[in-house]
Amino acid sequence: MDFDLDIVNLLYSMVRTGTPLLLVALGEMVCEKSGVLNLGQEGMLLMGAIAGFIIAYTTGNLFIGVLLAMLVGVLMSLLFGFIAITLNANQVATGLALTIFGIGLSAFIGASYVGQPIKGFEPINIAGLSDTPVIGKILFGQNLLVYLSFIIFLGVYWFFRWSRPGLIVKAVGENPHAAEAVGLPVIKTRYLAVMFGGAMTGLAGAYLSLAYTPMWAENMSAGRGWIALALVVFASWQTGRVLLGAYLFGLMSILNFEAQGLGINISAHLLHSMPYIATIVVLVFLSMNQNRIKLYAPVSLGKPFHRSR
Amino acid sequence: MIKLQPRREPSTLMVYLSPVLAGLLTLITGAILFVALGYNPLTALHTFLIAPLADSHGVSEWLVKASPILMCAIGLAVAYRANIWNIGAEGQLLMGALVGSAVALQFPESESKWTLVLVIICGALAGMFWAGIAAFLKTQFNTNEILTTIMLNYIALNLLQYAVHGPLKDPDGYSFPESAPFSAGATLPTLMDDGRVHIGFGLALIAVLLIWFLVRKSFLGFQMKVMGMEAKAAKFAGYPEKRLTWLVLLISGGLAGLAGVSEVTGPIGQLIPNVSPWYGYAAIIVAFLGRLHPMGILAASLLMALIYLGGELAQIKLGTPAALTLLFQGMLLFYLLACDVLIRYRLTTTISINFARGAN
Repeated sequence: MDFDLDIVNLLYSMVRTGTPLLLVALGEMVCEKSGVLNLGQEGMLLMGAIAGFIIAYTTGNLFIGVLLAMLVGVLMSLLFGFIAITLNANQVATGLALTIFGIGLSAFIGASYVGQPIKGFEPINIAGLSDTPVIGKILFGQNLLVYLSFIIFLGVYWFFRWSRPGLIVKAVGENPHAAEAVGLPVIKTRYLAVMFGGAMTGLAGAYLSLAYTPMWAENMSAGRGWIALALVVFASWQTGRVLLGAYLFGLMSILNFEAQGLGINISAHLLHSMPYIATIVVLVFLSMNQNRIKLYAPVSLGKPFHRSR
Repeated sequence: MIKLQPRREPSTLMVYLSPVLAGLLTLITGAILFVALGYNPLTALHTFLIAPLADSHGVSEWLVKASPILMCAIGLAVAYRANIWNIGAEGQLLMGALVGSAVALQFPESESKWTLVLVIICGALAGMFWAGIAAFLKTQFNTNEILTTIMLNYIALNLLQYAVHGPLKDPDGYSFPESAPFSAGATLPTLMDDGRVHIGFGLALIAVLLIWFLVRKSFLGFQMKVMGMEAKAAKFAGYPEKRLTWLVLLISGGLAGLAGVSEVTGPIGQLIPNVSPWYGYAAIIVAFLGRLHPMGILAASLLMALIYLGGELAQIKLGTPAALTLLFQGMLLFYLLACDVLIRYRLTTTISINFARGAN
């Protein structure tokens, strides 16, 4: 019985820990489906985290904090979009610039907020459902932003499976010139996809600083933006697998603490490396079969688009 | 209205001018930022860019900062020329520092300079090994090097933390996470009497010359360039793509490892948790700012070192947050990428008057 309870807690933490990865990876996947590779996720994540924290801290309203964090994510992604889409600069370099800029700016404006206390999002039990054995706590005993991530996941799934705009995004990512020839707005589609990515990453940032660990610390994203980028490859650009991957990585990160709890005596610093090592192992496993990547990756990913007119 | 008009061929003038333009725009934005923060912009910019170089001690510190950046950036440029996106200079630098320190600590009483040679070689090899992992994964499993090198950066940082808190911690160090200071035999000689600038800067300059020769004068450099510009052409010409991938990653990793080991044996003198204030990431910007050209990179790393130095001085004198340095770095790269549009496009102003309407 005691054992059962532990599994439930473990899976509960898995969802809790996997949520920011899920949000960032979903946003990045939409962005990449349109053919744009945005490596700025880590920087946007931190900007979302600090923006959400400052707004929630000063206004005392968590929701405004979350909204503003998403807005900041969108603004950052517009900066990226202007340089990478409008000015056609190298997407890899622009994304790196966004990350360095975001890390610097977030640390800069957050300097006086380090260690400040804040009351973040608390878990909300959904009446009737959270009492369901086993899955009740895992799926219906989380905080509000986790529920929001479920809805967003379903939305993205529906978007690519059944909606016409989803088809347009895919067409633009596969062959922008053909898309333009049939009258699809390539630039606009890419901007919207990049902005959605920014909003999701901003939301994930707010999740970190307002729900996961309600506080602000420099570099608190700890590479989650990069791991999410690897997750998109892991998921071979398929929505369902993004969810699977995010939770798998969530599980991997909390196994650290479990290992320590079980008295396995490994340095915490070495355990901290586990998610990154796991990311590499997974990448190797998936990249081995190059045809697989080629089959699923958007054909024009990372390539600048020059309007033919 | 301002319009972008494609140039028939890229503008050579703009290739050289756009980094200057980016620097100026960063300067202007910096001044505006200082005003917004309530500082006198002229005093602030003076503190940031001129005051650090006021005396010979300052100049020495400037070269101390420039050395690791220069070594990392010159290596990254080789990789980027071949279109291999090594983002892992930071991790490779840390591994160089870590392994170099581990070796140096084996000779606590050494006076012999051969110890130093051994330490330096081990550090460079450690950097090569760390980049070699990415090369192995890329050539064997097609793994994307951007993601693997970034993950390796985080792993290296954790390994370093583990080492300074664990096996390499100084038993007499009052529980500080630091190694014991290195022996005289494992310390780089300084170049000037009153400063910390060490032989490492000389090593960096030699690296610049060697790389310049490699990329400009050798067939190998030509092959890398072709691979970077048109992978298909390189394949068609029968260039050994995998071997070139290995080579550029080993070169850039080795140089980053050299940067790391030069830091711990030079200005720092022991292994500490924050060996590098993100030199490896700054080097990415420097490589771009220097147009992947050895001489350009030399100039760009001096500028970047000045930003670091100015950031430190501004932190002490004006109380600005340390992150200001990173902020300026990101801004510089943004402006550079935006200005680079002028290489391919001409700015024209169009006046749209509809004459036909007047005739009606």
